[in-house]
Amino acid sequence: MTDQRTREAATETAHGSNHHAAAWEYAPAPEATDIVEIAPRQRLFIGGEFVDAHGRGRITSLNPATEEPLSEIQEADGEDVDRAVRAAEAAFRPWSRLRPALRARYVFRLSRLLQERSRELAVLESLDGGKPIKESRDVDLPLAAAHFFYYAGWADKLEWAFPNRRPRPLGVVGQIIPWNFPLLMLAWKIAPALAAGNTVVLKPAETTSLTALLFCDLCRQAELPPGVVNIVTGGPSTGSALVAHPGIAKVAFTGSTEVGKEIQRRLAGSGRRLTLELGGKAANIVFADAAIDQAVEGIVNGIYFNQGHVCCAGSRLLVQESIAPLLLDKLRRRLGTLRVGDPLDKNTDVGAINSRAQLERIESLVASGVEEGAELFQPECPLPDRGYWFRPTLFTNVAQSFRIAREEIFGPVLSVLTFRTPEEAVAKANNTAYGLSAGVWTEKGSRILWMAERMRVGVVWANTFNRFDPTAPFGGYRESGFGREGGLHGLEPYLGWG
Amino acid sequence: MDVRKTYKLYLNGAFVRSESQRTYEAQGMNVPRSTRKDVRDAVRAARAAFAGWSGRTAMNRGQVLYRAAEMLDARSAEVGRLEGVERGEVAQSVEALLWYAGLTDKLAQLGGTVNPVAGPYFTFSMPEPTGVVGIVAPERPALLGLVAPLAAVLSGGSTAVALASPALPLPALVLGEVLATSDLPAGAANLLTGRHREMLPTLAAHRDVNAVEVSGCDEEERRKVEEAAADSVTRVVATEPDQWLSPHTALAFMEVKTVWHPVGR
Repeated sequence: MTDQRTREAATETAHGSNHHAAAWEYAPAPEATDIVEIAPRQRLFIGGEFVDAHGRGRITSLNPATEEPLSEIQEADGEDVDRAVRAAEAAFRPWSRLRPALRARYVFRLSRLLQERSRELAVLESLDGGKPIKESRDVDLPLAAAHFFYYAGWADKLEWAFPNRRPRPLGVVGQIIPWNFPLLMLAWKIAPALAAGNTVVLKPAETTSLTALLFCDLCRQAELPPGVVNIVTGGPSTGSALVAHPGIAKVAFTGSTEVGKEIQRRLAGSGRRLTLELGGKAANIVFADAAIDQAVEGIVNGIYFNQGHVCCAGSRLLVQESIAPLLLDKLRRRLGTLRVGDPLDKNTDVGAINSRAQLERIESLVASGVEEGAELFQPECPLPDRGYWFRPTLFTNVAQSFRIAREEIFGPVLSVLTFRTPEEAVAKANNTAYGLSAGVWTEKGSRILWMAERMRVGVVWANTFNRFDPTAPFGGYRESGFGREGGLHGLEPYLGWG
Repeated sequence: MDVRKTYKLYLNGAFVRSESQRTYEAQGMNVPRSTRKDVRDAVRAARAAFAGWSGRTAMNRGQVLYRAAEMLDARSAEVGRLEGVERGEVAQSVEALLWYAGLTDKLAQLGGTVNPVAGPYFTFSMPEPTGVVGIVAPERPALLGLVAPLAAVLSGGSTAVALASPALPLPALVLGEVLATSDLPAGAANLLTGRHREMLPTLAAHRDVNAVEVSGCDEEERRKVEEAAADSVTRVVATEPDQWLSPHTALAFMEVKTVWHPVGR
């Protein structure tokens, strides 16, 4: 019902204004999928081999664009996790004592293999997760390969990276990653861990495990010693078993703030190390003097990139009051040109929502926005009949107290608020428990730095948004987590001292 | 016959009794026994002081910490006579204040980076103070175990609410008098005495506390602090004594912010 209501409201709004601009007609440009062979049944990767899980649970991995099953993954139970941790423990001694330059070579190899097999991995990523192929191909894969290449180079320079601290690896690291950037998050986790001399047990998200399992084949090709990388698939119970395992020296988690808090509570008193990369509710702030067309592109990239399944998405647009009508006009027009649909089509801008559960969460939050009195706009783009889809959505007339302005939606939904002074923009931007990222658009350099200083977030994008690089530390303030990934700072959580 | 001093909390720049008017006897004196309300008041004061203290230049924070070292040194005879203060502890505490006075304007270069990203962007990362930090001082050394983490926290620009050693609270209360004459803005450091078990749960679970330094906690207390901290993703830091003079101790109470800007004509 709520969905229908939303759609009706959308149609009304779209019809009621002249902002809607039709996208050009493009012929479909589908990426071929024959390069990917997906086994009907997947297994766990432990000690360098694919093995059947002791756990009986099985999860069907769907293509969210068609709702057709792609494969079946196994749900690792406590015994499987224990087996994986033991394999990682056994591998730790030789791996951590390997001459650092040789450790670097393995990590370099993984980077090269990611480049060599990037087409295959990109197609699989889009099939399994629903993200547009142009994004898997141009963002996720190049960044994942770059991440391994960057950290490979640190492996034999740890003493220079941390002078006077006598760095040493920690042991077995337990890592849990989300479904929004499956392979890229794997790279963010595994690359620094291996470079520092740790061994890992990683659990991918249950809706997007396939590229992590294909990565195991890259480990084979790299002749990575067995047990250095172990992949256990499954849902929350698998993750919980991994976090609780006494053989784990450190936990690294990327996901929701809710689960992050649970993990932090779980590890209380254990003496084990923890880094958390959690949710966000980023403000994207546009001043009246901004280059407005660039800002519009930045806003669109900030919230509709990857269907808004981005922890640092610019989900709260703060516009200086004097330009709000003009900016919103341009924004609505631009929304009408976004192509929503087949992730494998090279023209697609917005792909499929990752899962039914996520679609329902987005729908319910959007319904709450309508109920609380916000004004909804959605372009009239055609959606495929099957699969999980959500139109790019824009809310105006939003108060800071509305759920859509406070809670992370993790979908293509933008809430627009206005401000008059820089002080008000800062106050509104910081009025959240999160603190992951923020954007600021202005042509005035001193104001950029003034704003950047005052926003309590880990990443500030000025006159740009959603840029990532292995050399640039990324992570949150406050309830967006602690610890950094990327750069020299991203190496530190994987090392002990003395 | 001596003129006896009534020892008071150092809260929001003022010397006050516990709001409850409770005291307990320690080191032969009646010492305030702070309540949960005192903790909340102290956190509020620390939060209010944060914008000002973190907004000072690093050089200015260094000057204030240097002044604190001067003031403590001037009182070294008085503090050294207090029961439980170990030989050399005052000198070491003065040393710690000096060490961090000289660190404030080094932190950005020790903990910051320029990031050579693969694209036309100028990108840098810099450490910034985390906000309000709770400090649990160890039983002993009651002075140095408080001064070192407090100086580390203040050097980076965070503000603090510190719980003094319950058995040896007097050094902390004299430290309050030192800080009050050091141009430290009101609320930047707040020193509470009393029973840790009465104050700790409120401090650890407080949503406006960004980090808690727990090296003064026993194992059970630490577990409880860590559990309560999870409710608002509060950072928990434990500083070993061999890290009392380390830039990494100061950086543990700082966040890293990365800023990107395009490069173009």
